[in-house]
Amino acid sequence: MHEELFAAMRQSVIDGDPDEVRVLAQRALALGIDPLEAINRGFVPGVTHVGEQFGLGEMFLPDLVLGGEAMKAAVAVLEPELARRGAQRESLGTVVLGTVRGDIHEIGKTLVQTMLSASGFQVHDLGVDVPVERFVGAVRELKPHVVGMSALLTTTMPGQRLVIEALEREGLRQQVKVIVGGAPVSQGWATEIGADGYGEDAMRAVTLVKALLGREAPAA
Amino acid sequence: MRPHVTLLDEALLARITGEAITLLGETGARVQAPAAQALLADHGATVADGIARFPEPMLRAALATAPPRFHLYDRAGAPAVEYGGERSHFDPGSSCVNVLDPDTRAQRPAMAADLVRLVQVAEGLPAYAAQSTAMVCDEIPQEIADLYRLFLVLWYSGKPVVTGAFSAGTTRAMLALLEAECGGAAALRARPRAVFDVCPVPPLLWSDYAGESLILLARAGVPAEIVSVPLAGATAPVTLAGAVVQHTAECLAGLAIHQHAAPGAPVVWGGAPAIFDMRTGNAPMGAIETAMLNAACSQVGRSFGLPTHGYLCGSDAKVVDAQAGLETGMAALTGVLAGISMISGAGMLDFLACHSAEKLVLDAEAIAFAQRFGRGIEARGESLALAMFARTGRSGEFLKLKETRNLFREEQYLPSPVIDRASLRGWQDAGALDAFARARARADQLVAEYRRPALAPEREAAMLTLMRAEAARVGLTTLPGT
Repeated sequence: MHEELFAAMRQSVIDGDPDEVRVLAQRALALGIDPLEAINRGFVPGVTHVGEQFGLGEMFLPDLVLGGEAMKAAVAVLEPELARRGAQRESLGTVVLGTVRGDIHEIGKTLVQTMLSASGFQVHDLGVDVPVERFVGAVRELKPHVVGMSALLTTTMPGQRLVIEALEREGLRQQVKVIVGGAPVSQGWATEIGADGYGEDAMRAVTLVKALLGREAPAA
Repeated sequence: MRPHVTLLDEALLARITGEAITLLGETGARVQAPAAQALLADHGATVADGIARFPEPMLRAALATAPPRFHLYDRAGAPAVEYGGERSHFDPGSSCVNVLDPDTRAQRPAMAADLVRLVQVAEGLPAYAAQSTAMVCDEIPQEIADLYRLFLVLWYSGKPVVTGAFSAGTTRAMLALLEAECGGAAALRARPRAVFDVCPVPPLLWSDYAGESLILLARAGVPAEIVSVPLAGATAPVTLAGAVVQHTAECLAGLAIHQHAAPGAPVVWGGAPAIFDMRTGNAPMGAIETAMLNAACSQVGRSFGLPTHGYLCGSDAKVVDAQAGLETGMAALTGVLAGISMISGAGMLDFLACHSAEKLVLDAEAIAFAQRFGRGIEARGESLALAMFARTGRSGEFLKLKETRNLFREEQYLPSPVIDRASLRGWQDAGALDAFARARARADQLVAEYRRPALAPEREAAMLTLMRAEAARVGLTTLPGT
């Protein structure tokens, strides 16, 4: 049932076409299709395809970003109906993200945010130039499974270590996985500062978070 | 004639300038520093909610007062680099955190001793008209990391320095250090030894510290280099022409702050534009489009009659390999042919994260090749060849001619032994060394031959007093690298 519609949904995400996505999501609602089914069988396979093709070098960052934005547009249309039914999209986990203090670079962090959201994680984006205390406060209040820190500058990288040290001081380090990323960041740096993981790019950040939390991709 | 490359025709150049002016007038630029906001408002900009919108006349006024050329001076007080002249100058790339260890050929964190070695190597290479504050030293606390690298470069070099601060506070400390080194604020203003890179954040943001630094530098009479860094496709339009529009707008906004703070203060139309790699999300400094962007941005600056700067000769390779060579060579040639006044970036690998003294040595040869190309082909003497043929006939004995002996050094660049031109047997007899090994030997030789340029004892003492106080403030009990 509705296989044609689901195929069109998948394609609309691959095309990164939010207008088409909204039309198809509305059509699903009009047909009385379970919004969760529309997400998981229609739109998510599109994101998965884009991610796989990106990994193969056949698709590129603009495809990832536009696909992620299209996915957000789908969820925005379907969410009110989900709420009305008392259901919610199964979250794979909660992630807090931010670019560290003194650094206002946004691209990498936003890519990770887009891909994690599209993959089914609930993401709280603290933005850029985030002070240590805000990371710590967000961990205390939101109790995320993962906190991710971005730094694009060699001069701001040490801010990632400061956050980890602060989480340890506050007794919060054991309750959260810490991941780091950014152009000058490496696995060696992640190990040195006691982070739980490092992702080379946004797709690998998703793989990393899933691995750290022992999560499987949502059923397509 | 000197060969020259221009990528923008007159019509495209005019469109770029026109769109940049429109962008600043309509969209405006975010300017965070209250002092910069006030200055701009006083000179005709509309400032609301942190956004400054610039009317064209105030931009034209800033362009009119910016000097077309100025000099950087060496330690002895002699003019050593002319910004805005015919010649392109080169300096090593700046602010990396890693070095390529010459023994292991692997990256590791940069230490003060690595910066000292790099400065000593660059000091002996004529391809580098200026030094740069090339590395952030791992053992130095972050609060004074920018100041400390300037200290080490000033301590070990007599050449001018391309530098930059990480905060407005350290801009002041770095100016104080330069004053200590050259004998006071008036001496620094009269014969500036350093130029400071100041970067807007793409797109169209002049941060608190960058705006403050521009004002500080302008009023101190120390040259500022506006280094706009659009990434085409990510933080700037994906089209090269669109990215040049953004670069133009960001530079014009900075120029307005700078020139309205102190009309006539020395300033450079600089940049480190690059494309954005759509597979990796990196900014490839060795991409040919990155070189094209640098050339085009510099052309816009030259059209305004300003000295220019670009960021070329860094490679994205992780070791000093064939990729590093081809990217650096093409970029050096592009930079010279584009007539960029100062070209930063040599010696660098891995998206400007890593320095290699051995690459710096090899890059000096690429630069020398490019400089030779830039001198073009000259007519020497009344005849080009007839006078020589009159004496040799068809014998082919040109090696016997005095002209050959007298002119070959002017016609040909003589590379150092880093460039292999031996026969196969000669190369084998010399140890069959690859380019990296030859560069390693040359770097070691330059370090062995290095002698620290003299500095008056009272100035040395003043520098040490300042640095010991700064070091103590952040808990350092010694001055690493000295």
